[in-house]
Amino acid sequence: MDRIPILKIGDFLLVSVQVDMHDRLAVSLQDDLTSRIVSSRARGVLIDISALDIVDSFIGRMLGNIAGMARVLDAETVVVGMQPSVAITLVELGLSLPGIRTALNIDRGMDLLKSAIERTGAASG
Amino acid sequence: MGVSTKRLFEIIQRHEDVLLSDWMRLQGESLASRRDRISESQLRANSQNFVMAFREALSAGNSSDTSRAEWGSLRKQLEDLSKQRAAQGFSSTETALFVLSFKQALFNTLRQEFSNDPASLVESAWAATEILDQLGLFISESYLKSRESVISRQQQELLELSTPVVELWTGILALPLIGTLDSSRTQVVMQNLLEAIVAKEADLAIIDITGVPTVDTLVAQHLLKTVAAARLMGADCIISGIRPQIAQTIIHLGVDLSAVITKATLADAFRLALKKKNLSIT
Amino acid sequence: MTVEKQSELALSAQEDVVVARQLVRAWSVELGLSLVDQTKIVTAASELARNTVIHGKGGTIRLEIVLETGRRGLRLTFADRGPGIVDIEKAMSDGYTTGTGLGLGLGGAKRLSQEFSIESEPGNGTRIAIIRWKG
Repeated sequence: MDRIPILKIGDFLLVSVQVDMHDRLAVSLQDDLTSRIVSSRARGVLIDISALDIVDSFIGRMLGNIAGMARVLDAETVVVGMQPSVAITLVELGLSLPGIRTALNIDRGMDLLKSAIERTGAASG
Repeated sequence: MGVSTKRLFEIIQRHEDVLLSDWMRLQGESLASRRDRISESQLRANSQNFVMAFREALSAGNSSDTSRAEWGSLRKQLEDLSKQRAAQGFSSTETALFVLSFKQALFNTLRQEFSNDPASLVESAWAATEILDQLGLFISESYLKSRESVISRQQQELLELSTPVVELWTGILALPLIGTLDSSRTQVVMQNLLEAIVAKEADLAIIDITGVPTVDTLVAQHLLKTVAAARLMGADCIISGIRPQIAQTIIHLGVDLSAVITKATLADAFRLALKKKNLSIT
Repeated sequence: MTVEKQSELALSAQEDVVVARQLVRAWSVELGLSLVDQTKIVTAASELARNTVIHGKGGTIRLEIVLETGRRGLRLTFADRGPGIVDIEKAMSDGYTTGTGLGLGLGGAKRLSQEFSIESEPGNGTRIAIIRWKG
């Protein structure tokens, strides 16, 4: 079965969702990311959804699960690149993606991750 | 039916020149006031093409049903013509006259041809009427469709012109809303803002409603939805210019602005935006 | 209402949900819906198709371009012979942010559609239809 590739960039993991995912693929992404966070001791996860032209409640829940699991594993998550029509639809749908940080693109996402990690590092240090 | 159309075809072929000039004369009379909009040569070209296509359609089939394939190229001509006329500012009557005056010219020709044969005159006139009435209706409908699309395009352009998104600084956009907002205008405006956020990579957007006299529930909801959508995309919004009356209306409507940053003036909002970006004006 | 064009697709596995999304996207592009309207109906279709597969134990989606005086729209009908819904009102009102219940799909799909109808009886399956008109 095809899996979504996860790249390691320094302390962060980067996932770029390029395909229209069916539910099983989304669940395996969740699992893969969780194990990679542990195995690579990543401090942050960047999920790029700029290629997704829809985000339904299942994908929304998946993003929420990833953010939640990452936090438990002491990593921050940022979702980047949401398309305007997807954002408008999510708001109509009533999905607010609570607890998920967002940024416009990968660069901004990286900056956000770095400052978020600095903050949590300072708090626990 | 087949006999009549064949007959019409022959008659038109034989009397084409006279028919054409008679038709040009009739059009000239009815369009006297429109000489400024359309040239003689263009009108002649339109008319000649029509007669040619009409002849071909008559010879190709034996039916007076103009929705059939053999009438396709003539219909296309009429569609293009009505688009042109609509764009040139002709009325729907003026446009339909193109076909209706041809009917008259054709009748003149038929009357001459069958001056001693009333039965044939009636038969061929009937066949011509059946066909040309359909075409007359067709050109009217095509004209209407063209007008509608011209109008909606103009409305769209007007909408876009009246709500520009301004880049105040790198990464800071401003959307000064002016005038009354109706539901559909607000939606378009908000979409433009979100697209500008992506295009300019701006993570701060100031929506200024100083120039908006009243805000109703729908508009307030759209504003909030836009702020929420921008947030999902990774950008923050500041709403500025909320006048006391609007503030009262919003509270009255029960709209919850607690999650949104608001500032009294656009200037205040800009200052806050700069601060958020760790910039200041020195 | 007249039907200009129609097509049916079986929804039996997860992969069919993806195919359904893509088909609905293609039809809404053909209808000429704006990008936001396309996204809304495709998202609603995703929710309802998933429900059909998971809760309905498999069924079908029918796509139709419908024509009513002066306007054209895209109608999607989801039908299954599954267990049906016991309490429709409750199913439509469950919160979005909690649980994995039917509510997430139904209520959301309704909010994203201009017309929404549902028929369901325990033991007799479910039938849901949504329409988005070209504005």
